[in-house]
Amino acid sequence: MELHDVWFVLIAVLWIGYFFLEGFDFGIGVLTKVLARGRPEKRVLINTIGPVWDGNEVWLLTAGGATFAAFPEWYATLFSGFYLPLLIILVCLIVRGVAFEYRVKRPEENWQRNWEAAIFWTSLIPAFLWGVAFGNIVRGVKIDGNMEYVGTFWDLLNPYALLGGLVTLTLFTFHGAVFASLKTVGDIRARARALALKLGLVTAVLALLFLVWTQLDSGDSWSFMAMVIAVVALVGAIGAIRVGREGWSFALSGITIAAAVAMLFLALFPNVMPSSLNAEWSLTVTNASSSPYTLKIMTWCAAIATPLVLLYQSWTYWVFRKRIGTQHLAETH
Amino acid sequence: MDLALAPETLARWQFGITTVYHFLFVPLTISLAALTAGLQTAWVRTENEKYLRATKFWGKLFLINIAMGVVTGIVQEFQFGMNWSDYSRFVGDIFGAPLAFEALIAFFFESTFIGLWIFGWDKLPKRIHLACMWMVSIGTILSAYFILAANSWMQHPVGYRINEERGRAELTDFWQVLTQNTALTQFFHTMTAAFLVGGAFMVGISAFHLARKKHIPVMRTSLRLGLITLIIAGLGTAISGDLLGKVMFKQQPMKMAAAEALWDGEAPAPFSVFAYGDVDKGHNSVAIEIPGLLSFLANDDFTSYVPGINDINKAEQEKFGPGDYRPNIPVAYWGFRWMIGFGMASLGIGMLGLWLTRKKFMLAPGLRTGEDEVPNLVLFKRKALSPRLGRWYWIIALWTMAFPLIANSWGWIFTEMGRQPWVVYGVLRTRDAVSPGVSQGEVLTSMIVFTTLYAVLAVIEVKLLVKYVKAGPPELTEDDLNPPTKIGGDSRDPDRPMAFSY
Repeated sequence: MELHDVWFVLIAVLWIGYFFLEGFDFGIGVLTKVLARGRPEKRVLINTIGPVWDGNEVWLLTAGGATFAAFPEWYATLFSGFYLPLLIILVCLIVRGVAFEYRVKRPEENWQRNWEAAIFWTSLIPAFLWGVAFGNIVRGVKIDGNMEYVGTFWDLLNPYALLGGLVTLTLFTFHGAVFASLKTVGDIRARARALALKLGLVTAVLALLFLVWTQLDSGDSWSFMAMVIAVVALVGAIGAIRVGREGWSFALSGITIAAAVAMLFLALFPNVMPSSLNAEWSLTVTNASSSPYTLKIMTWCAAIATPLVLLYQSWTYWVFRKRIGTQHLAETH
Repeated sequence: MDLALAPETLARWQFGITTVYHFLFVPLTISLAALTAGLQTAWVRTENEKYLRATKFWGKLFLINIAMGVVTGIVQEFQFGMNWSDYSRFVGDIFGAPLAFEALIAFFFESTFIGLWIFGWDKLPKRIHLACMWMVSIGTILSAYFILAANSWMQHPVGYRINEERGRAELTDFWQVLTQNTALTQFFHTMTAAFLVGGAFMVGISAFHLARKKHIPVMRTSLRLGLITLIIAGLGTAISGDLLGKVMFKQQPMKMAAAEALWDGEAPAPFSVFAYGDVDKGHNSVAIEIPGLLSFLANDDFTSYVPGINDINKAEQEKFGPGDYRPNIPVAYWGFRWMIGFGMASLGIGMLGLWLTRKKFMLAPGLRTGEDEVPNLVLFKRKALSPRLGRWYWIIALWTMAFPLIANSWGWIFTEMGRQPWVVYGVLRTRDAVSPGVSQGEVLTSMIVFTTLYAVLAVIEVKLLVKYVKAGPPELTEDDLNPPTKIGGDSRDPDRPMAFSY
């Protein structure tokens, strides 16, 4: 296995980390509108991710930075090619981060309602668009001989990619509902479980369609294995939430996300961004990667830093492990 | 195509706007993180409540500010790929590595520990909680270091070779990229300038309260801390600025010649105090100069030769082919002066303030006339400044908050625009760095979207800051003074409200 293959795996790992973690906090954001009854419950939901959402988002920044360093051509083609969708995602992430921090900074109800609406939309839109983006990457887009994207914005909105968007949206929302049931007490917990069950079934149907389509289109035996794991884990997650095993359900919905993302990357390999115009023009792990020297340095950095990051981020989850409910909210605000 | 709306021009404007805007928040974040951590340390060590109140006050303002710093930073990382894809392809092998290091080492640190700090007041023993704030501070500083190493490589490329076959620059020595003198001096200069921002911020806001005779113990401490920070940072900025200037004279002579509007090389070369010139004809029509000073700044020698803009332009034309290798000279010239002027003004006000508020002179108990009345700022032991002069001091102190921010912004505009037409000095031209596949409409859209969004957020942010500044330091509760002794919080009352919730 050469270093550029290692980095292909590591970037897949970073995206898995991102979707696993930010997946449930996107889900929580969507659920503030769907699940919460009354504003105190909205606040409970937001507080379940309060201490961690910022750390979760850094997985994206790291995936972006790592792609820039390890596969500059991929980074350049992807972000200049998917210009407008990326712009929308960036705007959402900006507003979302500010919304979490500023919502409680004024007591007026109007102010807080506006930021709550912002949290809902800025969680929903990226959750959907990331699926669209990955759908397009796996399916291949119009890339010319100079590695430039020559398609339009509308080319990105094809049925396969849109289905991918629906899958990430429902899967993240399901993941978020399971997380909500794991982190809350009282009335909201019971409703989170009931909703998770319904969401799980919808997700299962959409995900099965999308994954089978992917497998038929560009899969091999490895991606097939990942697909089987994803599907089994999803069924397990639904079963576990049904019998009230919230911790198991959350672990399994996480595995579903991990396996599904792994499947996309396996279907992609050795391409990183296939060209739909001419297979010769595809970006691959070899023609898009950095020099072996850069990759070596990055590998050392990742080998030392990643375990540390996992350690202190897990510690955060341990510190804030207690369930919360409306009774834990301070009187003010 | 209309040149004013060419994708390159728009992409440059967008980069300038988003970067300067982002950098209004960054220096304040860096310095306030450390200053807040320092105040919290003082509380943990002395258990004096005024330090805890100060920590909570400045910590809150820090949080309002860092939220904006973080979200506007996301744009910076992706902008290279969106608007500057040919740049990304050409230098990704080198430039990407410090960026990835920044994310892996610094961003994770900052974002994880800041969550622990915000929500951890009732979940962590006080020493561990304090350590979290220091971790945030270390994270912000590491982040600055990696990004400045990346920027320094654009100013002065080292440790690379050109791979003709792949048509790109490739890294040969990463250690050199991280430790070259450009990176180290830029880091030193940017860090001290960041503390200039934080010091002035503290001085201004403390002055605001002291002028209204409110929250005296907390604000007095903060004022002194701010003044001391301002002075140390001011001196540091001057020293590091001089070092950085010398480095630049060697590495980017054109930038420094432009900063001085020195058209033709001279020995000894004068320092320009004021100049008005004709860019097309390449000379100054009006100039006020101090003889020999520029030679000294460049080479530590009052008589040495310093090359001028016309000489360097000619030399670069011979080396790189025909073209205009001059940056925008009025911007470089005035940017350089605004940077130094506003930076040094901050230092001067800091020194004056520290002298005026010496311990036995300021708010001296002997001048108290009643329990509640707080005396004026005094100049001599028993003689108060006239009320009018006293008021002026507070007003100037308040305005000082803006000075280092102006100095910082012009510093970056000078650094980045002074390097033009190069994006990587001597290696890659800015016009060859833009995304070829991105249309004018796309860049225009994103520029309008970001500018509008940033403007709206600026209004919201400033209003919030003002609200919390006016509110002053919070009163402490029982829970504040009795932090938990166990990680995860005490289990006394399972339904106890959280110390902080969104």
